[in-house]
Amino acid sequence: MTSGQIEIQLLAVVVAVACALPGTFLVLRRLALVSDAISHSILLGIVLGFFVAGDVNSPLLLLGAALVGLLTVVLVSLLQRTGLVKEDAAIGLVFPALFSIGVILISRYANDVHLDLDAVLLGELAFAPFDRLVFWGWDFGPISLVVMSLILALNLTAVTVFWKELKLSTFDPALAVALGFTPALVQYGLMSLVSLTAVGAFDAVGSILVVALMIAPPATAYLLTDSLPRLLVLAGALGAAAALSGYWLAYLLDASIAGAMATMTGLFFLLAWLLAPDRGLVAAAGRRARQRLEFAQTMLAIHLANHEGRPEAAVESRVEHLQRHLRWEPSFAERIVRGAERRGLVQQHSGRLELTDAGRTVAAEAVVR
Amino acid sequence: MRRSSAETAADDISSLLALQLFSDYTLRTVALGSAALGITSGALGTFAVLRRQSLLGDAISHAALPGVALAFLFTGSKAPLVLVLGAALAGVLGTLVVIGVVRTTRVKYDSALGIVLSVFFGFGLVLLTYIQQRPDASQAGLDRFLFGQAAALLQRDLVTMAALGGVALTVMALVWKELKLLAFDPDFGISLGFPMRGLDVLLTTLLVVAIVIGLQTVGVVLMAAMVIAPAAAARQWSDRLGVVTALAAGFGALAGVSGAVLSSEAERLPTGPTIVLCITGIVIGSLLLAPRRGLLWRELRRRRDRGRLRLEAVLQDLQTLELQHPDGGHGHSAAVLSVMSGGALPSLQELERRGLVRRLGDDAWALTEPGRARAEP
Repeated sequence: MTSGQIEIQLLAVVVAVACALPGTFLVLRRLALVSDAISHSILLGIVLGFFVAGDVNSPLLLLGAALVGLLTVVLVSLLQRTGLVKEDAAIGLVFPALFSIGVILISRYANDVHLDLDAVLLGELAFAPFDRLVFWGWDFGPISLVVMSLILALNLTAVTVFWKELKLSTFDPALAVALGFTPALVQYGLMSLVSLTAVGAFDAVGSILVVALMIAPPATAYLLTDSLPRLLVLAGALGAAAALSGYWLAYLLDASIAGAMATMTGLFFLLAWLLAPDRGLVAAAGRRARQRLEFAQTMLAIHLANHEGRPEAAVESRVEHLQRHLRWEPSFAERIVRGAERRGLVQQHSGRLELTDAGRTVAAEAVVR
Repeated sequence: MRRSSAETAADDISSLLALQLFSDYTLRTVALGSAALGITSGALGTFAVLRRQSLLGDAISHAALPGVALAFLFTGSKAPLVLVLGAALAGVLGTLVVIGVVRTTRVKYDSALGIVLSVFFGFGLVLLTYIQQRPDASQAGLDRFLFGQAAALLQRDLVTMAALGGVALTVMALVWKELKLLAFDPDFGISLGFPMRGLDVLLTTLLVVAIVIGLQTVGVVLMAAMVIAPAAAARQWSDRLGVVTALAAGFGALAGVSGAVLSSEAERLPTGPTIVLCITGIVIGSLLLAPRRGLLWRELRRRRDRGRLRLEAVLQDLQTLELQHPDGGHGHSAAVLSVMSGGALPSLQELERRGLVRRLGDDAWALTEPGRARAEP
């Protein structure tokens, strides 16, 4: 690996972790699509900042973009408060409009300068090592790496310092108000973090992939754990893993790095969806199948208990008879009988089934309950 | 027959315009295509907005991108029908994933939409950039799916768009009653024995069709606005589903045509964003001006109500003072009344104009006979 490759991967990991922190709270607060809105509309802020500063690397761009990100949130909530449109429609009205203004401004007035539309969507991760921060002859590394590291540090600090405020207002906003916290303040604080992070990441991975990094890793972690600290750590780790594997996928295919990172976050989500230990589809299907068998075995015990000691018992306790009485397929009946035998509920004597004591207990309990 | 020169000039201008619109091949194609897209997405978007699924449109349009790329990769063809079909399949798949995630995990609707739109789009970008550097295929033309390019519309695109849009709208009209039920009271529909889940799938499929029609013109990123905005604007003008749907189709067509024509006339004005700004203008106008619901009307009504309330208050106060001074006949100063309900002087002048209050001295006000009758509770 060249030093450029290492720097790109480092940047990808920093971006992914920085996105996962505020993203986790967005997912928990059901505000995931706010990241979509913010990441689009900050384009306008970047363009306006560029017009004011006249330089693509000016910190004014960051500031302008973060402000427009906040403006988006404010506009959405104002629009929603008129009662004329619902929240989802309000989001869908605001960000396309702001994004459109940004795109038109770029293509009319700034196309031949540094801002171009492909970069907006794709990001310029591969070019990151070329823009370096050099002070007094010292090379501090790529500018975007320095900026994103600062944003990551800010996010970490904010989450640690305002831990209990964030936690409380996320899980029980009513209690938060009752205890004297101001959820609106927490909300706007969080939105500022999202906005700032999106601006920093925008440069590196493009607008739409910011959404992937903010939402997919936390949602994946959400399938795997119940505790908030573990959720945050896991989301960060998954984001970093997607960043690294995405980089190498892009390297193999010679395709967009940001796109490949987003694809990997999706792949991880798919894996967790299928294979998560408790909640995954496979685990759930297994649980259902097991429950079906257990239920059938209990039914068998009840059936035998019903007829035990009666004259018809000789007929009813034959395995072949189960097909008629319980409407079981022969192979299914066979499986249930074998399972019940293994659990020690029944015993077979020359084709007839007899309940054991354990079987009688199971049947009696099942019927009483 | 002789014609005045003015008439001839007017004729010339209008025929020139008509000529431009109907003979300029590009302009006509662009206008017709954008109209088709606006009508379809406007009409079908109404249901999405009413059912609070506005952002599903965003997810579907982003999810369509890998479909376009894969259709091209597998067939090597850039025929509109092939690409649109690929887009539609990917859009449907994206919707199914959203539904599946919401139904089988504890991840919520908003996160599911976010994941589908960003991951599908990211995968689409991987495919596009992969196609770009393959030597055997020229990918020119796939890029326009990102931001749309009305000027690149061809006759064959137009035919595809019109045919698909027509089919979608016809189906919508055929199951209109059932869709209405789905939008407003799906539980009632179930109790009547309608296959509501099937209808849901049908409606989503129609929405997918409406979206993929517009992708070439408006682009993946902004197509969501064409689903949401016309319906949001139309909703302000009426409470009836039929009217709202028709209006949304009209608004969609208007924004589509004006945006597309503007962008093909002006230099460096990308189509998708221009159309979106046109429809945004219509939305803002509707939010402000629509009768009864509009913000401007609401503000006017509020002012009127507040003014009336203030007049009533001053009238009541004057009556109270009169009852406390049984000698009668003498006036009360505006300052006293202002203490009671604030800023009384303008109200007194207005009441005097209406003949409910009379002025006895320089600053002495009293009720007239009609005023007293009005103030009686």
